[in-house]
Formats: sequence, structure tokens, C-alpha cells
Amino acid sequence: MADTLMELGARPATGALLQAAGLSKRFGGLQVLSDVEFSLRPGEAVGIVGPNGAGKTTFLSVLVGAHAPSTGSIRFAGEDITALPAPERCRRGLVRTHQIPRPFSGMTIFENVLTAAANGGGLNGAAAGERALAALEASGMLSLSNRKAETLGLLDRKRLELARALATGPSVLLLDEIGGGLTDAEADELVAIIRRVRSRGVAIIWIEHIVHVLLQVAERLICMDGGRIIADGAPEAVMRHPAVIKAYLGGGVQ
Amino acid sequence: MTPTGASPIAVSALDARSITRWTLASRIAVAVALPLVVAIAFGPAYLSANVIDKLTTLFIYILLAVTWNALAGYGGLISIGQQGFFGLGAYATVRLADAGLTPYPALFVGAGLIALFAYLISFPMLRLRNGELGIGLWVLAELMHLIVNLDSLVQGETGTSLIALNAFSIEARRAYTYWAALGAVAGLIILLFILLRGPVGTAIQAIRDNEEAAASVGVRVKSTRRLIFVVASLGAALAGALWLASATTFQPKAYFGVQWTAYMIFMVLVGGLGTFEGAIVGAVIFFLIEAWFGAFGVWYLIGLGTTALVFALFVPKGLWGLISSKFDLQLLPLGYRVALPSLGRSNR
Ligand SMILES: Nc1ncnc2c1ncn2[C@@H]1O[C@H](COP(=O)(O)OP(=O)(O)OP(=O)(O)O)[C@@H](O)[C@H]1O
Ligand SMILES: [Mg+2]
Repeated sequence: MADTLMELGARPATGALLQAAGLSKRFGGLQVLSDVEFSLRPGEAVGIVGPNGAGKTTFLSVLVGAHAPSTGSIRFAGEDITALPAPERCRRGLVRTHQIPRPFSGMTIFENVLTAAANGGGLNGAAAGERALAALEASGMLSLSNRKAETLGLLDRKRLELARALATGPSVLLLDEIGGGLTDAEADELVAIIRRVRSRGVAIIWIEHIVHVLLQVAERLICMDGGRIIADGAPEAVMRHPAVIKAYLGGGVQ
Repeated sequence: MTPTGASPIAVSALDARSITRWTLASRIAVAVALPLVVAIAFGPAYLSANVIDKLTTLFIYILLAVTWNALAGYGGLISIGQQGFFGLGAYATVRLADAGLTPYPALFVGAGLIALFAYLISFPMLRLRNGELGIGLWVLAELMHLIVNLDSLVQGETGTSLIALNAFSIEARRAYTYWAALGAVAGLIILLFILLRGPVGTAIQAIRDNEEAAASVGVRVKSTRRLIFVVASLGAALAGALWLASATTFQPKAYFGVQWTAYMIFMVLVGGLGTFEGAIVGAVIFFLIEAWFGAFGVWYLIGLGTTALVFALFVPKGLWGLISSKFDLQLLPLGYRVALPSLGRSNR
């Protein structure tokens, strides 16, 4: 690990809100994550890049409990959550969006988001409704509230992922390629939304291939390749790092 | 760090008052339904014995349809083994009555015990997924059938009867069974309406639509599923116990047969899977078809199967789905509408 992982000015792990140690994941014979060390401070915004199949999505899935790690441990807000089921992690403030959106198709947009407010957010009745409306408004989906989720196009499905995640009231928001396929104006809008969320103290982990969009939010960049973190630190330094340039077939990151 | 629960987003001018649930039509429906139920409750005072018996049967069908719909339509748990709980509900009643409990309380106590059994058995059973669960519950029902047959009180397929009912006159028995069935179906409908309209309703539908996404937004998948499964099994067990009270004889084959689940599927598919009203409509239709064509034996069964198939293929939302989308009508509203000033109310 020491030879591939370069700590480029990464912060010390003390006071970490979320911390992963020695994390690895195998799917059958396929080693998808190897010995990942990661820590996140409260309110921090970290971008994750890396070629297709690098293990980025799997890393998020392991963090939120959608997959159990093969080895390693995860701590969140001072508690070992390695064995905690996904819903309980969400209720503690750890929430992700899905790269391939997973709407609750038979329900309306409002009901989708209300479910998140009532469960992950732990709210009842009117408070859950208010939170859902606020999350819909924050992600620009309010006018679609009464539409069935199955009628949405891909971009709106991605926004629904964001609205649902926000409605749980997270302290760490994990975004998985939420900005792909957006026009410049839409991307600017998304960046503004995520900045606003962050300004309220929410820490962000954002996987995105479009680095110039990512860097409008992220103050720290991680590059993954072959299931490992190959660089972690200040964005400019990470992007100039030889291992990162090599991972992108010599072309570097756009 | 933001404490969990603190809103990461600003709250705007919109508030909970813009969320509506009851429509005019649904208020009228409930306003009509309540006195109607009261009028039905006095049925034994003015209806013929034949009509009372028929209505008792209808109540049992509605009970079966509504609970199977909660399980499959809302929970996505396609069980083809509900006849197991139906049979056990009847069996528990036979056993309790034999032990000296008065028959009518025994119906409810017996069904309650079977709901407890369903709770326990749900731990292994709900680990099964989709088709496996459906088949698994069927196998379980067959197993229960065989075990019940071993009971000397039941005497194998010869069966037994609820002898304790002889303590009542025919008229009293007819009225009590009718009231028990009416109470059970009304109670279960109210229970399910409250459950499905509340947080459990959105949670179970989220699980049905996407289990992993539901877990990722904090839905407790296992316990929510378990709750719906137990309520649905309670409904099937009550239905079985009531069927016993109206038929008096208990022949295991007649209770543990898979045709019961076939009827439930028929009612729910024809009425409208996943709509509360649809299950009730489906039960009424099934009841009428049986009354008119039940005498045609095999052809009746073939007709039922074909109808269910046609609905599954061409009217996937069932009759109620057609009606409610055509007239934008919801009588027992479980969902939410957000009243957006700029959009008007009928944006769907
Ligand atoms: N559930 C699974 N079972 C088996 N293999 C899996 C599973 N999920 C992911 N993989 C494999 O793990 C590897 C990493 O996948 P992952 O989705 O984490 O990559 P990624 O970095 O998010 O890629 P992308 O940029 O394409 O989204 C891939 O080879 C993928 O095929
Ligand atoms: Mg991915």
C-alpha cells in the first residue's frame, strides 16, 4: 500500500467524522477494493475520480452498508459501524445516491422523498412533510411532486436521488455520478445546490468523471484505480501525480 | 458536524398545509360507508337467512383479497401459500373449541395464535426472495396440512367439525358468524388503512419498488416486511376460522388447498393490484361470478383462470385502476398530493 498510496497533504485522521481502515471487498474471485484507508472530517468536501471499474461505487456501497466489506472496519461519529445495517447508518446521517438511479417507481416524487424524511430522517407527520418539501425545493423538483416516479427521465431520476438523500438530513452526503450528462447550465445549478448543502455543515463525498465540475465543490481529491486509492490530497497535486496520469492512460484527467 | 436530524436544506414558504390527502370524493365515500356498515350490521334483523349466509361468504372473500393485496400489491411479497394460514386458522379454532373455549372467541384467539406463528416463521421464510418465497410458503402450507392430518382429533382427511357450535340455535349461529365476519373484515380494513396510510405504507411500497434504495434512505426492510406479512397472515387465519364457523366441518383438504390463494390472486388481479379499493371490488366480482357460474364446475374454473390471465396481460391495473385513472377517483386515499399554487391540484 505504501508504495502506491501517496498522501499529498491529506489531513490527519484525528477528529474524523467518517473513517475506513484496511477496507477490502471481493466479489467471488474478483478483488474490487484492496486495503483502502480513508478519513473524512466534518463538513469536508472530497471528490473521487478514477477510471471505470476502479471500485469507486463499491467503495461508497461499503461505506453506507449496502455491501459488507471482506476485511477492514468503518467508524462513523465515534462509533464502529462495520456491522451496522444500511438503514441504521442512514438514520445516523450517512446517505448515498445511486449511480444508476433507483426510484420507487410506483410512488409519486413527493412520496419518494417523504419516505426518506420519515425513515432516514426519523421525522413524523407534518415535520416529515415539511422536510420532504424543503428537499424537493432545494433540488429543484418541487413542481414534479405529484408525478409518478416511473414517468421521470434519467436527469430527473438523478435529481430525485439527490432530493431523497437530502430529505434524510445527512451529515455526510455521498454522491455517485450525479452530474453526468448535464448541460453546462444544469451543471452550474447542481454545483450551486451542493454548495448550499455544504454551507450548512454537511460533508460531501462526490464521485464524478467531470473533474472541472467536481472541483467547484471539492477541496480534496482522491483518485482510485484497481480497487486502491492511488492519490489523495489537494486537487492540483493529485491531478499532476504520475500514478494518476498513468491510470488515465497517459491522457491525464480532463 | 450537523447533528443527525438537523435539516441540511432551507425551509421555504411551502409548508405541510400544502399536502393534501383527502379529496371530496373520498370524504363522501367514507361518509357513505360508515352508515352503510351500520346498516349492514343490523342485517340479521331484516335480511333473509340466505342473504345473510351469502354476505358472510362475501365478507370472507373481501378479507382474503384485502390482506393478499396488502402483501403482494403493497409489499411485493407474492405468496402462494396463504391457504396454509387459512387452514391453520380453522384448525386452531377446532383445537381451542375442543379444549373448551366458546367457539366465537375461539375464532379470534385461534387466528391470533396463527398470527404469532406467522411472526415466528417469518424469520426463516422472509429470507427467501421473490419466486422462492412464493413457492416456499406453498411448501410450508403443504407441510402444515400434513402435520394437521396427523392430529387424532382431525382424523386425517376425514376431518372433524366444530361440534361446540351445536350449543347455539341455527339462527343465533348464523347471526353470530355473520357479525364475526363483518367485525373481522371491518377491523382488518381499518387496520390496514391506518397502517398503509401511515409511515408503514410508504416504507413497504418503497421496499417493493427497490429494496436496496429503501434501505439506503433508512427504511427498516426486514421489520416492515415482517409486519405486513403477519397482518396478511392474520387476515388469512381469520378467514379460515370464519369459513369453519359458517361451514362447521373441517376437512383439511378443503382448507389447505391452493385454490384459496388462486381465488385471492384472481380477486386482486381483476380488481386492481396495489389499490385498496381494487381488492374490495375484485372480491365482489369474484363473489358474483361464483354465484352465477359456480355450478359449471370445471368450466367455471377455466373461466376464472382465463379472466385472471386476460386481466394480468391487458388490464394490469385491474378494474379499479381503470376507473380511478379515468375519473381521477380515489375513495380510500393512501397517497399524498402536494397542492402547488402555480400548478393547480390535478397535476399527475
Ligand atoms: N455486485 C457485484 N458483483 C460482482 N462484481 C461487481 C459488483 N459490483 C461491482 N462489481 C465489479 O467491481 C468492479 C468495480 O466496480 P465499481 O462499480 O465499483 O466501479 P466504478 O469505479 O464505480 O466504475 P464506474 O466509473 O464505471 O462507475 C467492476 O469490475 C465491477 O464489474
Ligand atoms: Mg461507479
